[in-house]
Amino acid sequence: MADEVILLDFWPSPFGVRARIALREKGVEFEYREENLRDKSPLLLQMNPVHKKIPVLIHNGKPVCESMNVVQYIDEVWSDQNPLLPSNPYQRAQARFWVDFIDTKVFEPADKIWSTKGEVQEKAKKEYIEALKILETELGDKTFFGGDTFGFVDIAMTGYYMWFEASEKCGNFSIEPECPILMASAKRCLQRDSVVKSLPDPEKIVEFAFKIRKIYCV
Amino acid sequence: MADEVILLSYWPSMFGMRAMIALEEKNIKFDYREQDLFNKSQILIETNPVHKKIPVLIHNGKPICESLIVVEYIDETWPGENQLLPSDPYQRAQAKFWADYIDKKVNGPTRLIWAGKGEEIEAGKKEFIEVLKTLETELGDKTYFGGETFGFVDIAFIGFYSWFDAYEKLASFSIEAECPKVIAWAKRCLKRESVAKSLPDSDKVTKYIPELKKRLGIE
Repeated sequence: MADEVILLDFWPSPFGVRARIALREKGVEFEYREENLRDKSPLLLQMNPVHKKIPVLIHNGKPVCESMNVVQYIDEVWSDQNPLLPSNPYQRAQARFWVDFIDTKVFEPADKIWSTKGEVQEKAKKEYIEALKILETELGDKTFFGGDTFGFVDIAMTGYYMWFEASEKCGNFSIEPECPILMASAKRCLQRDSVVKSLPDPEKIVEFAFKIRKIYCV
Repeated sequence: MADEVILLSYWPSMFGMRAMIALEEKNIKFDYREQDLFNKSQILIETNPVHKKIPVLIHNGKPICESLIVVEYIDETWPGENQLLPSDPYQRAQAKFWADYIDKKVNGPTRLIWAGKGEEIEAGKKEFIEVLKTLETELGDKTYFGGETFGFVDIAFIGFYSWFDAYEKLASFSIEAECPKVIAWAKRCLKRESVAKSLPDSDKVTKYIPELKKRLGIE
């Protein structure tokens, strides 16, 4: 029986994009369904009643929620190609640690950069750059966070890479001079086939970011 | 070569308790090192330079941080006994979803209860009860969150039970009255040696909170 794979998603979401990339890394055929987050579909509410958020992966009718949970699930189910997590337990723990760092220390200031101004935004920019610098130290000389292969931590970060331009324009600052090594890795990630196919036009993200800013504050 | 396993922890921490329970479930011999979080040790700062938080598991000199990551690491490294996560990918995803829910939704309101003032405590209580009810619905009639076997989600949540007494006293309510199934579940978990060994006395936690608030500069 062929797998039925549906992804409930929202095109600019840095979390949704993680699921798209993981599915494409594994060569999984899936049906992409765009959600209007201001008018959530009955399917979304049914499949993620606790959080009512995207992405939701629906595999043969069964839902998996939370973006990095979805990525891990995809890695475990379609385990025959492109492993996204290392096989060694210690390295797996390290990958999970850095994703947790990204989802707390990068996410919180990034969110504020898009939706605030003045002192709150300035503070957020500082924290954001600090977090990126810590990640850059962790990246070191490696091609990707996992070493030679694109993996779990890179997938988590790609959602933020795709928002770099929007963050820079909203916050009126430049990331590359602060974190040139991270930026180089970001560019490598952004060239990957699975990523190119999954990301929207960066200009559209910038446009969208300014739309949110109008709604939230400025 | 024998494994060297060290756990840096702090006795009232429900996050530290998770790591202890997992180690006990697997019958792993470990060196427990109590940390003073107000005067952090060199080893804590060196092994967790990013967050400087407990628990830190140091396995043959290599540190693992973040409590649920530690639990998963323990499960993967010592797969023989008492499997903590299901082997089926879908059930694993469900277990991780609920552990993540606990991490996102429990700390906020419970902190308002023990560290907040006036209306904050009431707000914390209301939100906490909602969260407990959601967890109770998820538990349903099962013995444990994962079904028949004690596992990841139980480990994620049970440490908070040692603080229940304190929450009830500070916010004047009864958790059992609101969510009897949760209390019944907790009592089942406490019968397990790993849990009984890892949770401090509720009394000790309740008595400690005023001192903790003082040290944190909250009055």
